[in-house]
Amino acid sequence: MAWVLAKRMVALALTLVAASLLVFAVLEVLPGDPALLVLGVNARPDTLAALRESMGLTEPVAWRYLTWVGGLLRGEFATSLTYGVPVDTLLAPRLLVSGPLAVLSLGLAVALGIPLGVVAAARRGRPTDAAVMGVSQLGVAVPNFWLGILLVLLFAVTLRWLPAGGFPGWEAGPGPALAALLLPALALALPQAAILARVTRSAVLEVLGEDYMRTARAKGLSKTEALWAHGLRNALIPVVTILGLQFSFLLAGTIIIENVFNLPGVGRLIFQAVSQRDLVVVRDLVVLLAATVGVVNFLVDLSYAALDPRLRLRGGSATDG
Amino acid sequence: MVLPLPRARRRAATALAALAVAALTALPGPATAGPPDTLVMGMVLEPPHLDPTAGAAAAIDEVVYANVFEGLTRIGPDGSVQPALAERWEISDDGLTYTFHLRRDVTFHDGTAFTADDAVFSLQRALADDSVNAQKGLFAAIDSVAALDGYTLVVGLSRPEGRLLYNLGWGDAVMVGLESADTNKTRPIGTGPFRFVRWVQGDRVELEAFPDFWGPAPALSAATFRFIPDPAAALAAMLAGDVDAYANFPAPEGLAILEEDARFAVVVGTTEGETILALNHRRPPLDDPRVRRAIGHAIDRNTLIDGAMFGYGTPIGSHFAPHHPAYVDLTDRSPHDPERARALLAEAGIAPGDLRLTLHLPPPSYARRSGELIAAQLGAVGVAVEIIPVEWAQWLDQAFRGHDFDMTIVAHTEPLDIDIYARDDYYFGYDNPAFDALMATLQSTRDTAARADLYRQAQTILAEDAVNGFLFQLAKLGVWDARLSGLWRDSPVQANDLTGVSWQP
Amino acid sequence: MAERRVRTLGTAGRVGAATTGAVVVVALVSLVWTPHDPAAMDVANKLAGPSLAHPLGTDHFGRDTLSQLMAGARVSIAVSLVAVGLGAGLGVPLGLLAAARRGWLDEAVMRLNDLAFAFPALLTAVLITALLGPGAINAILAIGLFNVPVFARVTRGAALAVWKRPFVLAARLAGRGRARISLDHVLPNIAGTLIVQATIQFALAILAEAGLSYLGLGSQPPEVSWGRMLNEAQTFLFLEPRLAILPGLAIVVTVLGLNLLGDGLRDRLDPRLDPQGVDRRPAGARRG
Repeated sequence: MAWVLAKRMVALALTLVAASLLVFAVLEVLPGDPALLVLGVNARPDTLAALRESMGLTEPVAWRYLTWVGGLLRGEFATSLTYGVPVDTLLAPRLLVSGPLAVLSLGLAVALGIPLGVVAAARRGRPTDAAVMGVSQLGVAVPNFWLGILLVLLFAVTLRWLPAGGFPGWEAGPGPALAALLLPALALALPQAAILARVTRSAVLEVLGEDYMRTARAKGLSKTEALWAHGLRNALIPVVTILGLQFSFLLAGTIIIENVFNLPGVGRLIFQAVSQRDLVVVRDLVVLLAATVGVVNFLVDLSYAALDPRLRLRGGSATDG
Repeated sequence: MVLPLPRARRRAATALAALAVAALTALPGPATAGPPDTLVMGMVLEPPHLDPTAGAAAAIDEVVYANVFEGLTRIGPDGSVQPALAERWEISDDGLTYTFHLRRDVTFHDGTAFTADDAVFSLQRALADDSVNAQKGLFAAIDSVAALDGYTLVVGLSRPEGRLLYNLGWGDAVMVGLESADTNKTRPIGTGPFRFVRWVQGDRVELEAFPDFWGPAPALSAATFRFIPDPAAALAAMLAGDVDAYANFPAPEGLAILEEDARFAVVVGTTEGETILALNHRRPPLDDPRVRRAIGHAIDRNTLIDGAMFGYGTPIGSHFAPHHPAYVDLTDRSPHDPERARALLAEAGIAPGDLRLTLHLPPPSYARRSGELIAAQLGAVGVAVEIIPVEWAQWLDQAFRGHDFDMTIVAHTEPLDIDIYARDDYYFGYDNPAFDALMATLQSTRDTAARADLYRQAQTILAEDAVNGFLFQLAKLGVWDARLSGLWRDSPVQANDLTGVSWQP
Repeated sequence: MAERRVRTLGTAGRVGAATTGAVVVVALVSLVWTPHDPAAMDVANKLAGPSLAHPLGTDHFGRDTLSQLMAGARVSIAVSLVAVGLGAGLGVPLGLLAAARRGWLDEAVMRLNDLAFAFPALLTAVLITALLGPGAINAILAIGLFNVPVFARVTRGAALAVWKRPFVLAARLAGRGRARISLDHVLPNIAGTLIVQATIQFALAILAEAGLSYLGLGSQPPEVSWGRMLNEAQTFLFLEPRLAILPGLAIVVTVLGLNLLGDGLRDRLDPRLDPQGVDRRPAGARRG
């Protein structure tokens, strides 16, 4: 187990190094001059040169890469080229939007998807099952940003119950802040819930056919009792896999949903930073995102071991199937 | 590690219930009118930082100009130069020495006094070798800056500069404090009627009235600038009352809805934004005036204004703002005439379908929408157009600096910027010694009538040469709560001056 | 579930096949005929409601919405097809190679996969767009790149199972090379799984293309795309909700059809008949 852990850690570290090199190289060749963008069309060559100097853009490439990575390793963030504040100061308030949004939508997806999946499996072949599967089939096919637009149309434009977009800030109180996050969270959650329901259903069906379930039934447990006592733990493995992946994609999905709902989150920050050629912000965010995805996948692998003792012996190849 | 499911399910149910309650309590209560002395102003773009002396972004001035920062002079709502921190001034007969008498009762928001030393510092900072002032050219004529005493400033010029007082009224020329200049990007400290409270990045900037302001206290006790980039969201925010005013409403298509609503006043004014289809004279056959004229005749300005701007905007025939006294209407030099366009192209030896041009379009919707329409209009006279959407970063780097484009659409928003046609190696590459000479004469002319005449000649030359496709003057689409007064109708400078804004009872 | 050996596509599968077929037919027809030229503008007639001349109305430039939806189908399908083709073209050989050689090569391929997964597809698309400018090619590259690791993973997993089967062992004993065995024995045996996966990836690619165009990173005017139609429609939400609803419906119908077809095909083609055997990742391709 320890060896597997170490191997995964090294792989994660290598992934991050590769990611940092890749993003740095891409940003290096990106057309567009951040200094010109700040100073605009009437900028004079001497002012441009002065600004570029103060932005640290005149240092040699290798040196800039090393300073950057060195700073990250020490936990120090560089200063944004456009905003003039350190990236972590810039990031913190955005995380307070994107983080709750991701958690809220993941929560909604789990709260809707898993019970529906279990119910559908328990009533396999009956109308409930057909209904759940039909709705989830539709849910998988709906683009989340379109769902977002429809929700705005219904709840904000027609009914005027909820704001169409924007974020009042947490200091406005949890009520208005959550109200602003509710529609975007729903738009993200419903398609994910549909996927979760389908995966849960098939996982539970699989488990229901296993020997130990028959044994449990033979011991006199009812189908439902057997399912709760023995089945779900095993059924959770594929569900957790999908959940782990969903979390990473939720992070990415927030980029598009934040655009629909005009939320000042991490996704919008990345978008803005790329268009403003704020290289400092872009590279930090990309590496942080890659790290988050890596860590979540890592945690998913760990949870397999917790859920299924047999995998501890096999050694961490659960994702390789 | 794994919870028994039934309990987890109960928890999930509780969580959902809590969420539903939270959502319900979040519903807006009965509409209550906000306190009548604060204002929420909507803006499309968020400023990158808040120091107007270190960036070209219009959004910076739109927040801080005249509100937080003031200059020696200021530009009024009608575009005229007015005294600000300089009470009065004298100009020597040769036009080379300006003596400014500063107000004596001015304090910065950090409590320090504003003196001639701060003025010297501000101007020298803009002129320094390591200056990052985006409009350093405004100060090009300044040779020396000195404080005669605590409240007298002497500015010496190397050549007469007819527009010096005007230039000193720009946001890029505001007065900053010796002690606070370095941190103005994130904590702006000026002398204006409002001081900075905080900036929630990605969302809003908050200002409050500054009790020690030298002038009459503003009617508003606080003001918030909210940044809403999406036009649909802007409309929703206005309708919901989340925003009290938009000085520049981003969605002309939504104005009809707001106009029907008695709660709002829709005020259409003028801007300094000449929207042009810039043609790269370095690239044949665009160096041929016949081809450029053909492009002019292919364009239907009224369709552009109707289709891209939903009717808001004024057609222009040269590079000059129609509301200016020296404006001449030259749209009849390039009327919509596809037949004539085809004939001119044939005359230049171009067969239909032979000419393929690229069209670089920066992000604003005026450019993207006009671009799609122009591509279709040029297609109708046999010119194939490839649309290349670009971000500003690419536009500045490739089109503006690298001259790598055939055609591009952009609004030139600086006031009286017809002199850009005299610049060497400017992005569209126009070169006409006669025009350059005219601009040189203009620079040394101070008589208003003579200047107006020179401006008229300049406009005519540009129209005759069909330098660019001249499309329309951007309109300023102001929308605000009908009970508000004192907001500017026009925008002679990019600013949202809140000094005189108040709520009517 | 093994007892459910279905030899036909099943009802859902047939519905899916019919829907997909209909969308493809519409896309093909749009190449030669649409009610109006989808790019033809008529500003005087902008934002018109449904009429005889324009059954689904017109947009903000007075373009015919029905013609635009038809033309949008071909862009969606073309981009997705090429992107999935690119992903399969690179991913399948990589997966076969990894399964055939194991060892460090296998490890390297899988770690490369991790790296590709660590970059959300949308982020890749944003960077590619900044680098090369927006356009259909950019969308194809971004979606295609994301599909490579998906196909590599699925191919490797399925191929590993085949490598353990007796007839492969026999072929090895007969002295056949690994490359030959991969092509002659492994590939035909995993083709079903791959076709099913391709159908699902195709559906995801349609969603991804729409998302990228919605953000302005996909195909550009005068090319029509459902995603960009949605983007443009958003500012008219208060005036003409129709414009924001129709392109979305087109996307949903297409994706639904492909997913149903994929399910039908899986029941018929996938030898394992295992609903999880197919990698149904919620995919950056779809969400991000």
